[in-house]
Amino acid sequence: MTRIKNAQQFMSQNAIYIVLLLLVVCIAFWDPRFLSVTTIRDIFLQSSTRAIIALGAAFILITGGVDLSAGRVVGLTAVLSASMLQLSEYPRKFFPDLQQLPLWVPVILAIAAGLIVGLMNGFIVSKFSVPPFIATLGTMVAVYGLNSIYFDMEPNQSQPIGGLREDFSRLGTGYIGPSGPYSVPYIVIIAIAVALLVWLVFNKTRLGKNMYAIGGNIQAAKVSGINVSRNLIAIYAIAGALYGLAGVLEAARTGGATNNYGNMYELDAIAACVVGGVSTSGGIGTVPGIMAGVLIFGVINYGLTFIGVNPYWQLIIKGLIIVSAVAFDMRKYVAKK
Amino acid sequence: MNTQPYLLEMSNISKQFPGVKALDQVTLKVRAGTVHALMGENGAGKSTLMKCLFGIYQPDEGDIVLQGQKVSILDSKDALKLGISMIHQELHPVPHRNVMENIWLGRFPMKGLGPFKIVDEKKMLQDTERLMADLGMNIAPLVRVGSLSVSKIQSLEIAKAVSFQSKIIVMDEPTSSLTGNEVEQLFTIIEQLKQRGVAIIYISHKMEEILRISDDVTIMRDGRLIGTWPADEMTTDLIISRMVGRDLTERFPERSNVPGEVILRAEGLTSPLPKSFQHVSFELRRGEILGVGGLVGAQRTELIEALFGLRSVQSGTLSIHGKPVRIRSPFDAKKHRIALLTEDRRVTGIFPVLSVMENTVIANQAKYAAPYGLLNDKKRRADVTRSIEMLRVKTPSMRTLIQNLSGGNQQKVLLARWLLTDPEILLLDEPTRGIDVGAKYEIYSIIAELAQQGKSIIMISSEMPELLGMSDRIMVMCEGRCSGIIDGKQATEEEIMRLAAQHAAH
Repeated sequence: MTRIKNAQQFMSQNAIYIVLLLLVVCIAFWDPRFLSVTTIRDIFLQSSTRAIIALGAAFILITGGVDLSAGRVVGLTAVLSASMLQLSEYPRKFFPDLQQLPLWVPVILAIAAGLIVGLMNGFIVSKFSVPPFIATLGTMVAVYGLNSIYFDMEPNQSQPIGGLREDFSRLGTGYIGPSGPYSVPYIVIIAIAVALLVWLVFNKTRLGKNMYAIGGNIQAAKVSGINVSRNLIAIYAIAGALYGLAGVLEAARTGGATNNYGNMYELDAIAACVVGGVSTSGGIGTVPGIMAGVLIFGVINYGLTFIGVNPYWQLIIKGLIIVSAVAFDMRKYVAKK
Repeated sequence: MNTQPYLLEMSNISKQFPGVKALDQVTLKVRAGTVHALMGENGAGKSTLMKCLFGIYQPDEGDIVLQGQKVSILDSKDALKLGISMIHQELHPVPHRNVMENIWLGRFPMKGLGPFKIVDEKKMLQDTERLMADLGMNIAPLVRVGSLSVSKIQSLEIAKAVSFQSKIIVMDEPTSSLTGNEVEQLFTIIEQLKQRGVAIIYISHKMEEILRISDDVTIMRDGRLIGTWPADEMTTDLIISRMVGRDLTERFPERSNVPGEVILRAEGLTSPLPKSFQHVSFELRRGEILGVGGLVGAQRTELIEALFGLRSVQSGTLSIHGKPVRIRSPFDAKKHRIALLTEDRRVTGIFPVLSVMENTVIANQAKYAAPYGLLNDKKRRADVTRSIEMLRVKTPSMRTLIQNLSGGNQQKVLLARWLLTDPEILLLDEPTRGIDVGAKYEIYSIIAELAQQGKSIIMISSEMPELLGMSDRIMVMCEGRCSGIIDGKQATEEEIMRLAAQHAAH
């Protein structure tokens, strides 16, 4: 009796990981070639930038908010970094007279741009009490406008930015270890490092504890003497910086950028978070859960294409997974009453 | 003695939940035209029993017989159809719609032909007016519900119950947020309902009310029926001893705290809001328990929230240890070693989805700073362990989510949260609200011990015995003003009432 109950409890508490495992098993059953080192490497590679965006989005979701500006910030920072990191001999340079900058300068500038958008989000949300959905909807639209103006400047005039410097591209495509399936791409290492850092912030710092508290009960957080607005601003800023980093890596990985980069990435990030057990009403969410959520979508994207599922059907399956994952998760709470 | 036949007979009801037998062979028999008090500590099974009656739970065993007919109630719709209504402790109206729409929600009168029906606003208005007139209630049908007071909303819920032609109305702690006057109005309405032959099942912790209005008293303990007695054979002590299962010789602990020098002095504190506190002056001594009494609406909560920096003060001065201070935020208050236990645990106290551990240490994070901006986990855990032991918090582990603890244990965790900040002044707003009798005594003991240790305590309470039993001095407030400060040992209920209603009288 208790063994059955323990098993049930284990199932419901680890549902995301079980779903992830089941998915892999199902696809592998369909086509055993799916189970290869190359597959794993590719899924991790494709999931890396998404993981960084999802981690940023999770900060906001756990405070009980939502950040719609994520995707457009990715676009902005991709364009910013790419525009400053083109080969000197490239004919259609964004800044024809630009000297060769050290790699870190544009990277830091781009991340700082993301951070500033985040600061603005946090400021609007906490100082003017604008609901996060509306505040970030506003910045999402405005950031796209800003990015498009920049992208449309003379002499670029909305041409896709290409011809990126090799040291920059290597950030997105380079790896350590032997070439081939056993190589470990830099961006996977960066994503894992970011995940570890975020885990540390979530679990071991005041900011993290305050984040859970604000999402768990904002009134009680105020009464407990937590400076809610200062914490919120910091949290939105960190999220913005993470989107900035993701934008830089996205440009480096794909070897270019346009103003439409990152479009709707925020929705993928939110989907990965909620599938990974982050509560949209705030206060709940773990880094391993979010990572599993990102990987579930990575496996679906890669795996379903691998076994030849029509891409439109893939969308339907993704939609079903989002809704059923949350429905399943809600059951856990409803059943308690 | 009422000899009406039984309107409702719930016999041998049992209900099992994973791990607990919530109800064990409970029988409840209610006669028409009576008020039947249902009493027991929190967790005794009162709510579970009522949820079985209202179709929210299905009993595992037992029968529900209504007017001699065995019925099965599958959901609350069935219950309403059978004439059973429930007025919950927390009311859930639709605040942005008006009174009549709230009453007829889900069953609007319609007019028109076939599929082209529209809501018959005129009939709805007339029906509502008639209903209100019948019950002698003075609520305009077109007023937005959000603008009504809690007591009006409650009357509205009662009117709604009557509009369902209910024969049985369950009222769960109906007076918990009402003022003295409003309670009287409620009792008048209850009297009317009795005349109409409606049976009322009345759940309350307030002995004085129960003894005044009920005809029968049923007492439950640990999911079992202890018994049903005519109310006029009962006394407060008798009810308590049967609820708790032991004789409560002492409802309040012996106190040995000795008030010392003045710690906090407030002079002429005035809120910028004209209806809030005005010109309030008092002082608080070391190791003193200063009770604050008054009716609901006396602005007591507003006053102590202002002391804690949650509300602004327009004029007046506050000094701690003789030095003038300005407290603009809870952060400032913490710096001056002030702690606040708020009135509404769920709204402003607990973080329901966080663990007991996180709930305990959240106000004290600065003390756990470790290198690299991290927190010292070992120290955090040690503090939580110590707090759980010291306050005897009953929890399976410190990782348990606080929402799974009982009200009394949640309150202890909140006390622990503030005690960790090492406060000198504790502001306690209704510290035993919604807590059962046994746990209340424990909270009282903790408060007495803190005073003994030299902490200064301001305790708001709406329960007269608590105020008299625990305070060194009692400040009574009325309509935002301090209407008197009296010695706790010599004060009487009458004196407090007189001060509390001073302004209301004229």
